[in-house]
Amino acid sequence: MREVAADVAAERVTRAATVRDPLVVARHVGGRALLHLFTIVVGALLMVPFAWALIGSFKPETEIKTLPPTFWPSHFVWGNYVQVWISSYFTNWVANTFLITIIATIGAVLTAAFAGYAFARLRFPGREIFFGMTIATMMLPYEVTLIPTYLEYYLLGWLNTFLPLTVPYWLGGGAFFIFLFRQFFMTIPIDLDEAAKIDGADHFQILRLIVLPLSLPVLAAAGILSFIGNWNSFVLPLIILNDPQKFTLSIGLRYFQMQPSGDAMPTDDLLLAGSILMTIPIIAIFFVGQRYFVKGVVLSGLKG
Amino acid sequence: MAQLVGAQPALSPTRRRRSGVARQEAIFAYIFLAPWILGFVFFVAGPILASLVLSLTTYNIVQTPKFVGLGNYVQAFTQDPLFWGSLAKTFIYAAVVVPTGVGGALLVAILLNQGLRFTNLYRTIFFLPHLTPVVAAVFIWEWLLDPTFGFINNVIFVVAHVQGPGWLGSPDWALPALILIAFWAIIGGDMMLIFLAGLQGVPPELYEVASLDGANAWRRFWNITLPMISPTLFFNSILAVIGALQTFTTAFVATQGGPSYATYFYALHIYNTAFSYTEMGYASALAWIFFIILIAFTYVQFRASTRWVYYGGEVKS
Repeated sequence: MREVAADVAAERVTRAATVRDPLVVARHVGGRALLHLFTIVVGALLMVPFAWALIGSFKPETEIKTLPPTFWPSHFVWGNYVQVWISSYFTNWVANTFLITIIATIGAVLTAAFAGYAFARLRFPGREIFFGMTIATMMLPYEVTLIPTYLEYYLLGWLNTFLPLTVPYWLGGGAFFIFLFRQFFMTIPIDLDEAAKIDGADHFQILRLIVLPLSLPVLAAAGILSFIGNWNSFVLPLIILNDPQKFTLSIGLRYFQMQPSGDAMPTDDLLLAGSILMTIPIIAIFFVGQRYFVKGVVLSGLKG
Repeated sequence: MAQLVGAQPALSPTRRRRSGVARQEAIFAYIFLAPWILGFVFFVAGPILASLVLSLTTYNIVQTPKFVGLGNYVQAFTQDPLFWGSLAKTFIYAAVVVPTGVGGALLVAILLNQGLRFTNLYRTIFFLPHLTPVVAAVFIWEWLLDPTFGFINNVIFVVAHVQGPGWLGSPDWALPALILIAFWAIIGGDMMLIFLAGLQGVPPELYEVASLDGANAWRRFWNITLPMISPTLFFNSILAVIGALQTFTTAFVATQGGPSYATYFYALHIYNTAFSYTEMGYASALAWIFFIILIAFTYVQFRASTRWVYYGGEVKS
């Protein structure tokens, strides 16, 4: 939090200093305009694919591949969205993805908060070793554990269920989030705990009544990061799930692309509509929690 | 808790209370850490050991594993043509994506650090590509990169009056196409936000002093900004290298490694070996070779960093 506050402060200072800086004041207005122009051009280039796909998703099938390509659809077709939704198991995929993402996110945030609290505020034998191991797992490439965990799920009979996509997230939530919570909790004054302890509160109560209410920014940041990560997750569902009805959106969309629906391959207008549908919840979440999201990323970066 | 405290009658009341508190604290710590410890044993430490053991066997899930010593490793280095090929593709990809991606992200962050109006709006727009799920992004790009009907080749035709390349369907252009998609997705993403925070941590006085000394914008960037954000640059470079070497989903969805292995990255090789051919032992060996390569790369970067990363002032925090 201190970092973030310092950031905001630094931003203000930078702005203020920029205004006072005689060279900058003397700089031509044209320079600013040029910077704006350059920024807009870069932004526009980055926006082109998504914007073009959004427009394309409303084009009728016959217009999706024409020469030369039309910019604006000759008439807007909402039917692509309806058709992609009713074809294949799209409804299942949306429901599955929401279910898995929400369960995994709650588990990750909750259990990582507990672990982060232990590392930040409790003294116990082995703390340094445990924390060192936590940090070390952040460096581990997923390829190394992918095969044994797959075999583990196979032995447990968990293949083709949602368990591998949810249960592990309730077991600590991953080193990154533990680290994130620890860093944040360390900035909350320990005196608050002492006062609560005198009043007879145990650590469950301190965490629930004192630390967590002060940690909404980092809870939101972890929640958003975890939601996006799980929503977009590809490799794990790919190896775990093999019944199309149980697919998540990411592997479902790919299945939809490869699997002829009826007698014809799905046309690009449907794939575009599906892609847009899959992206909308992520963008919505990002817009709602943008401030916290940025803080979360920055907190991890500066401390790493 | 009461009986635990009572079990130490020899201690003076204050010492007894203090050690009781310490013990209580430790017990709570282990309760709080219990989920993580369970997860660590079953999904991290256990699998690492299992993977190491598996890599010394041949195992196809149906039959019991057969111990082959270092045979898998020898096979990878001497008999597997896809091993060297996929490693080469992965490194070529990373060699382009890391410098351009890190440089691009820094450039975007510098743009957003100029105190322009609408900076928040610009930041949101720059961040959108990074948010797009990889599968959705690949579908969008497949359509944009369609050799005949695609937006990109039509723009190329209008501007340069030449027929653009075959992109994802062409052995020569599939890798550049994936690099283009990656570049689009990362220059406005996490790395940019981290750079932005780093840039905002540079004390403004340094720029004021340099300006008074007559340093121009380029010199201020080279002699102040770059050294001051070098820890951030280092952090982002490490992440970028690890991320680029692990690339899987884009290639898997867009090209499946083709055409004719033009985009067959190392992660795809591991995946295919394990899940298409169920050679779990050999795939584990491939994963371990990869792990060792990553560690070696990170180690080299850390060693080299002592020469160019400046820790000092507020940036290190």
